[in-house]
Amino acid sequence: MLTDISVLFQIAGIGIIVALIHTILKQMGKEEIAQFATLIGFIIVLYIVINGLNDLLNQIRSVFLF
Amino acid sequence: MDILQIVTIAIIASIMFIILKDVNPTFAFFIILFVGIMIFASVIQQIRLIFEVIQSLGEQANVSGLYLETILKIIGIAYLAELAASITKDAGLDSIAKNIELAGKIFILLLAIPIITAVIETIVGFLPTI
Repeated sequence: MLTDISVLFQIAGIGIIVALIHTILKQMGKEEIAQFATLIGFIIVLYIVINGLNDLLNQIRSVFLF
Repeated sequence: MDILQIVTIAIIASIMFIILKDVNPTFAFFIILFVGIMIFASVIQQIRLIFEVIQSLGEQANVSGLYLETILKIIGIAYLAELAASITKDAGLDSIAKNIELAGKIFILLLAIPIITAVIETIVGFLPTI
């Protein structure tokens, strides 16, 4: 999972789409829902990145004999 | 993973970072973080091979396992502190980066204390007792 470049594209794509949704909802005058959309996109990407970080730290722990 | 792939990933990530920086800075920061993770995860298997070679050489040369283990731990701490410090510096938190570096140095010193005491005890043993 870690050395897979598609995850990178996923993060960038989620970022662009969330920014798009935010702009559209703001234009429609729904400020709170726009904030929620941004927050949920943030949480999804945070989940992906935290998983990757967890894998990396486990590998470091096994390699560097901690 | 090949070096070509790492270079390609870095270039693509920097392009995506430039695109995403104006639109959504938080996600741009996530891209930085994830590229760091990916590159190190692709390198760590090779590091494991190198360490196995170093350990087998140390066993042949009858070097105490304690010393090699300490050295490997020190390298690991140095790398982790460097990673965290550079990421926090990218996020604009220079003072926290400095603190992380300080913490890394302190822990390295803490791990090096048994080696230092062994060296000093050896030197003291050389000294003639009057």
